[in-house]
Amino acid sequence: MSPQFEIQLIAVIVAIACSLPGVFLVLRKMSMMSDSITHTILLGIVLAFFLTHDLSSPFLITGATLMGLITVWLTETLNRTRLLSEDASIGIVFPLLFSIAIILITRYAGSVHLDTDSVLLGELAFAPFNRMVIFGHDIGAKAIYSATVLLIINLAFIIIFFKELKVVTFDPMLAAVLGFSPSLIHYGLMMVVSLTTVGAFEAVGSVLVVAFMIGPPVTAYLLTDDLKRMLFLSGLIGAVNGISGYYLAAIFDVSISGSMAVMTGLVFLIVFITAPRRGLVSSLRRRNRQKLDFGKKTLLFHLYNHEGNENEIEEAGIHTLPIHFHWEQALIDKIIKILLKEGNITIENEVLKLTEQGRLKSRSDYESLFSE
Amino acid sequence: MENLIYIFKDYTFQTVALGSMILGLISGVLGSFAVLRKQSLLGDGVSHAALPGVVMAFVLTGSKDTQILLLGALISGLMATLFIISIVKHTRIKFDSALALVMSVFFGCGLVLLTYVQKIPDSNQAGLKRFIFGQASTLLKKDVYFMLICGVILLTFVVLFWKEFKLYIFDPEYAKSLGFPTYKLNLLLSLMIVMTIIIGLQTVGVILMSAMLIAPAVAARQWTNRLWIMVMLSALFGAISGIGGTAASSLAEKLPTGPATVVFISGIVIVSVLFAPGRGIVQKMMHRKNLKLFLKTEGGDTNVPTI
Amino acid sequence: MELKRVDYAVQIEDLTVAYDLKPVLWDIDLNIPQGKLMAVIGPNGAGKTTLIKAMLGLLVPVSGTVRFFHEADNSLRKLKNKVAYVPQSGSVDWDFPATVLDIVLMGCYGKLGFIKRPGKKDKDNAMENLKKVGMEDYALRQISQLSGGQQQRVFLARALMQTADIYFMDEPFKGVDVQTEKAIIALLKELKESGKTVVVVHHDLQTVSEYFDWVTLINIKVIASGPVEEVFHEQNLKKAYHSTGNLLKSAV
Repeated sequence: MSPQFEIQLIAVIVAIACSLPGVFLVLRKMSMMSDSITHTILLGIVLAFFLTHDLSSPFLITGATLMGLITVWLTETLNRTRLLSEDASIGIVFPLLFSIAIILITRYAGSVHLDTDSVLLGELAFAPFNRMVIFGHDIGAKAIYSATVLLIINLAFIIIFFKELKVVTFDPMLAAVLGFSPSLIHYGLMMVVSLTTVGAFEAVGSVLVVAFMIGPPVTAYLLTDDLKRMLFLSGLIGAVNGISGYYLAAIFDVSISGSMAVMTGLVFLIVFITAPRRGLVSSLRRRNRQKLDFGKKTLLFHLYNHEGNENEIEEAGIHTLPIHFHWEQALIDKIIKILLKEGNITIENEVLKLTEQGRLKSRSDYESLFSE
Repeated sequence: MENLIYIFKDYTFQTVALGSMILGLISGVLGSFAVLRKQSLLGDGVSHAALPGVVMAFVLTGSKDTQILLLGALISGLMATLFIISIVKHTRIKFDSALALVMSVFFGCGLVLLTYVQKIPDSNQAGLKRFIFGQASTLLKKDVYFMLICGVILLTFVVLFWKEFKLYIFDPEYAKSLGFPTYKLNLLLSLMIVMTIIIGLQTVGVILMSAMLIAPAVAARQWTNRLWIMVMLSALFGAISGIGGTAASSLAEKLPTGPATVVFISGIVIVSVLFAPGRGIVQKMMHRKNLKLFLKTEGGDTNVPTI
Repeated sequence: MELKRVDYAVQIEDLTVAYDLKPVLWDIDLNIPQGKLMAVIGPNGAGKTTLIKAMLGLLVPVSGTVRFFHEADNSLRKLKNKVAYVPQSGSVDWDFPATVLDIVLMGCYGKLGFIKRPGKKDKDNAMENLKKVGMEDYALRQISQLSGGQQQRVFLARALMQTADIYFMDEPFKGVDVQTEKAIIALLKELKESGKTVVVVHHDLQTVSEYFDWVTLINIKVIASGPVEEVFHEQNLKKAYHSTGNLLKSAV
């Protein structure tokens, strides 16, 4: 395998592994907790390193995962005191733990081959240098295997606990009634998030893990309502972001993980604008159409109400209408034009008159709204 | 002790300490408003999002002048805020997800630009990277003056529109019904908070800036029930942490100022949450214990309805 | 024509308000005469709160006009001295660091305008209004220590600070003890006696005849509006309440 291919493979696997638990973070409105965890695992890594003095020790992963859980617990405990709000709790806990980690690293930088840059920012380009060698055979970059294990763990967690996760996410009360412990599932999910962050930070850096965890699910959220489909789409979008990010980085010779984050943003932006039903364009267009439709109904109804009144000329006059309705002239002109074309109204002496058809339509509009 | 006296006479120390103190003071004041508006984490988002602006300003102007770089930060911070607001407005995506997405993407964009700058000959990117973790020791006299001017402007606005901000944060609809232009007030307040964040970037960096905004306010809130006392205390806590962090980092070897300041202010938060009279956890627990004892001896019920 | 002109506090014409183009209020025409104590009655989702907010200009209507006291210019800037608003007490964060007096003083902010601060006179005035709602002993209390009824009294005192001509109140009796309810209604009647107009979103049908002299029944449109003894009867109530299902279904 060429290093280029290996890098792409790692990028895709990591991106998919991150996006899966991210779906539940987004749906449970806990996106910022992932931001918090991605920072604090640094402290877990540093502390575990002090204990083991070995950067490749599995205790580093244990320590980091544990620190992730401690972060969640601390934040929630602080929040439970009701002395400060939830977001403030997050904003207090993670900078403190992160600061302690930075201080420890800086103070003992001489004896630790750990620098903040590599943890925070990561660099995928170096991943192929670290080889997996079994019985003297080079079987590929180490990161491919670690990322694959991560992906398998995340997939297994979601497949095994799918029902529980779904219930806890959409109806925690029901979950408690049914006998699933929401907090058990909650901490299980947080453990998976911590583990994923630890597994991914080497490749992409901890700050950008957030982009891969939150970006694809948020994008998929604009495309579907179905949980399974959202999981599938998130994985797919994550993979697309990974590969396209790699090529972007290759073209401009810049940070791979950074480019992947940029692509995450771009893909989101494209979906945000063009998504079929929830996109900006279609929602604006739908809104405009509905607005026109609604305006038509309201105008007909108004004419119907004031038909034959003594102040009809005032209420239905082309020039006085905008003042009465507080509508823009352009909108009113447009609505009048359409109604004329549809044969619902006519204009007599600059006063709008309902035709028989318009009268019927207005009556049926009205009755469909208020009929008992 | 001699060390301490020696350090306090040191010119560099004075500059850095003054800068950190001003930053602590401003972020204490504006942070109070951010926390009370339940927008604590917006600071986190804006500060992360400032990174590409810093690098972009350098790429476009070639200047490493702090003020120019901060102008870039301000622009990209505001752009990020705009993005977040429009995502929340036009889709069903919640605020926290939009925030996490936008800030991480902007940060990634900043990294891309940083690696790009690295390749430009004659450009040392170290001067830019200081914005990620902050390097108070690079504060110059000029920077401190800049902070001072910004601080005076911001505080003047706070004093001038004190009544309006208070009303708006407590009850925005009522403010509107009284005829106040709430949209403009919101804009002004948000702009002021973003400016505070930007000023702090050089000292504490993009990652820790949110703590400077939140922590003093949260600590101050525990000691008082009056807004103006809260804001004053918050400013005081912020300023003390600024000086404390700088002093600690000058006394101890290899102790970065930003993280030291954050640990300092977090310590104040912990003490406040535990021991503040009235609200503190310790007092509440003692009170509960006494109450239990009282109920036991009197044989009362906790659920007696009061008329 | 001029002979029988009625003085209206509020005139609403062709008012339509929609959330996501789903009409919440549909072509409302409503006149509220001056000096009445009026209840706004209707089932949940009928648009009661929306009606009040639209009158206050807190919402942008799709169409229509709201006029106060026959004036053409109804911008809030001009009206701030005439219109007072008592929002639902649940709409704010009661853990805000402020005392009862602070909150009541907010009532005079509109009159003060920008930058100016409340002075001694305003504080005396605030204490006076606190006395009116029976809360003068609580002036320096932190607002988080108040009960639901006390919160409502504080909001009422704040509105009284505005010395307005018309008062809008959104469910002032929600989560309130009996004593507070009696105290509030006594104050509202007093306001009415002094010629003010009071509009109250109300839930409890039992007390309508006892508390109010004017009533508007709404359910997306105005079902009926007029003196309680003329309008508040079985038939109209049925129209407003029993038709909910049908109305909402077809309104989408």
